[in-house]
Amino acid sequence: MYVAVKGGEAAILATHDLVAEARRGDEAVPEISVAQIREQQGLACARVMNEGSLYDADLAALALKQAQGDAIEAAFLMRAYRTTLPRFGSSEPVDTARMAIRRRVSATYKDLPGGQVLGPTYDYTHRLFDFALMEASNIMVGLDPTISEREGEPHSAEDARVRPEHDAKPLDAHMPRVPDILGAEGLMEPEEPPEGDPRPFDLTREPVSFPADRDVRLQAMARGDEGFMLGLGYSVQRGYGNSHPFVGEVRVGEVSVAFVPEELGFAVDLGDITLTECQMVNQFAGSKDVPPQFTRGYGLSFGHSERKAMSMSLVDRALKCREFGEAAEYPAQQDEFVLYHSDNVEAAGFVEHLKLPHYVDFQGELELIRRIRREREERLARNQDTLPEAAE
Amino acid sequence: MTLHTPVTQDAAQPAYNYAYLDEQTKRMIRRALLKAVAVPGYQVPFGSREMPLARGWGTGGIQITAAIIGPQDRLKVIDQGADDTTNAVSIRRFFEKTANAKTTEATDEATIIQTRHRIPEAPLQAGQIMVYQVPQPEPLRKLEPREAETRKMHAWAEYGLMQVKLYENIARFGEVTTTYDYPVLINGRYIMAPSPIPKFDNPKMHMSPALQLFGAGREKRIYALPPHTSVKSLDFDDHPFRIQSWNEPCALCAAADSYLDEVVIDDQGKRMFVCSDSHFCETRREDGHRGAMLADATSSGLVGESKL
Repeated sequence: MYVAVKGGEAAILATHDLVAEARRGDEAVPEISVAQIREQQGLACARVMNEGSLYDADLAALALKQAQGDAIEAAFLMRAYRTTLPRFGSSEPVDTARMAIRRRVSATYKDLPGGQVLGPTYDYTHRLFDFALMEASNIMVGLDPTISEREGEPHSAEDARVRPEHDAKPLDAHMPRVPDILGAEGLMEPEEPPEGDPRPFDLTREPVSFPADRDVRLQAMARGDEGFMLGLGYSVQRGYGNSHPFVGEVRVGEVSVAFVPEELGFAVDLGDITLTECQMVNQFAGSKDVPPQFTRGYGLSFGHSERKAMSMSLVDRALKCREFGEAAEYPAQQDEFVLYHSDNVEAAGFVEHLKLPHYVDFQGELELIRRIRREREERLARNQDTLPEAAE
Repeated sequence: MTLHTPVTQDAAQPAYNYAYLDEQTKRMIRRALLKAVAVPGYQVPFGSREMPLARGWGTGGIQITAAIIGPQDRLKVIDQGADDTTNAVSIRRFFEKTANAKTTEATDEATIIQTRHRIPEAPLQAGQIMVYQVPQPEPLRKLEPREAETRKMHAWAEYGLMQVKLYENIARFGEVTTTYDYPVLINGRYIMAPSPIPKFDNPKMHMSPALQLFGAGREKRIYALPPHTSVKSLDFDDHPFRIQSWNEPCALCAAADSYLDEVVIDDQGKRMFVCSDSHFCETRREDGHRGAMLADATSSGLVGESKL
């Protein structure tokens, strides 16, 4: 028995114990519960649901707990579970125009039907530590009292546990989407389903081929790594892509999901999910046959995840270059590049597999480099013997 | 601090199908395998599933093994030629847990051998199935990054680019400098990546009586070599293909014809060379072959007593 390559089994069992210990941390500190993560780390849960392609806040919270907060490891747990779930069918399309709005902002219009709804956002917080959060439990501190309270009202910050009064005026039940407003004027590229409105491709069940259609691209980006999508979207904006985008609208809220079971033949409401939708308005010159129209970039993600939805909408527009006859010169315009490399579970697996033993291959390289060097020295020595006068 | 008891997985086991994958998925993989066997060396796209083990860590091989394994099979899993490297242990445990798999380290007893980076030294037999874990199934990928293009190149057998690459190697270094994943021509038709086995192992694939299956999980491709298929390592008439060789035999079992690993044994640059195929080496030692450093290695605890 050759010890240097044996003993793997015992080591693996020991590492499972060690990781459990590291996960728990100092036992003098109370253990965090899954419900706490779900309620108080909601944005992290949203990221895990997106990249794990599974809408289940409890499982996302469990995944984060089990993974010590490592978002990619948590997404991996979600996907490995998701892959074992049976598929009952596809839901009816969700209607984001009927979303119960939590937040809705447009950069293209000062005001519009339904109004601008700021909702919960970090956008106008000053990034100053709120040390009150460090000290006590059960406090309701606004991140910035001037934001979380209405203008002209006295500060209630004296007692931080008092929930600030918000404008309780009910929002409109129906808020038209900005691209629809532009579309009514004929200024917006229409969003039409492909011929026959086929069921969308499922890239977790079938291999992708290229060039990839838009349903595949959007699906891949929705589960793509937020950081990677952000970087690509940024590259489009900075000059690696010709993009002149306006945020037509970003909206966050709850939409209901309906499903038509075959045996019933009518739609049954399955419940609500929280979605973030971004519609980016981009310039487009038009052609001989089509008058100039704005073009769309679309982003949709689970939970409150604006950065992801906005990045996705930038890259979605960049990937439409083929449809608009634009040259695909930049990374964000190349579907193979974007789709293959945005999947962080795959990327992490392959990058981190370099930790696995490679000594067989490395031995092949060692044997080669030593031999090439030896043969080179022999050749040089021979040349020196035969041609002592030869100059370099 | 006390160690946490690892959560027992047994309670969860009935929730999963035999060998983890559901039967529909196995059927899909078997269909891909049949197509792959029918067109040797051709990469068949398949609906690779997200597995509970990391992509790039053998999920393609695991899916193939899961699709073909049955209760009567005997599974051997190796990584770098050895049965006890951590990832081989992990994969073997996966099948022990999910398929109650009978496992073995003996090459001749195994009906399925899942491998990463090696082909065992002992000749394979008819009826055995080799399952290779493949990181990059596309031999042309480093020459052409776009899948849409490489598929066309295969369709038209347009392989000039690969020959040029090998030629450029020779022009620059005097020989082909690819030492593993050395490209092979299958049945005179498709160029295939043999997975990152050392080129030392390439000749073992040629006309092998065993069925050889290749799974790339992350890249979602399956390909195959039916038994007795010609496998030619690419070369030139004046630069014939040659395999690695060492100046010394295995320090433990004295084998002069096996692939050797280099083990650094002190900080003075002292090295020993030992068989990468751990079962082959053990079998030889049990048969009485003794390498130059076997006594030293035994006394220093580097090599334990025979398990038999």
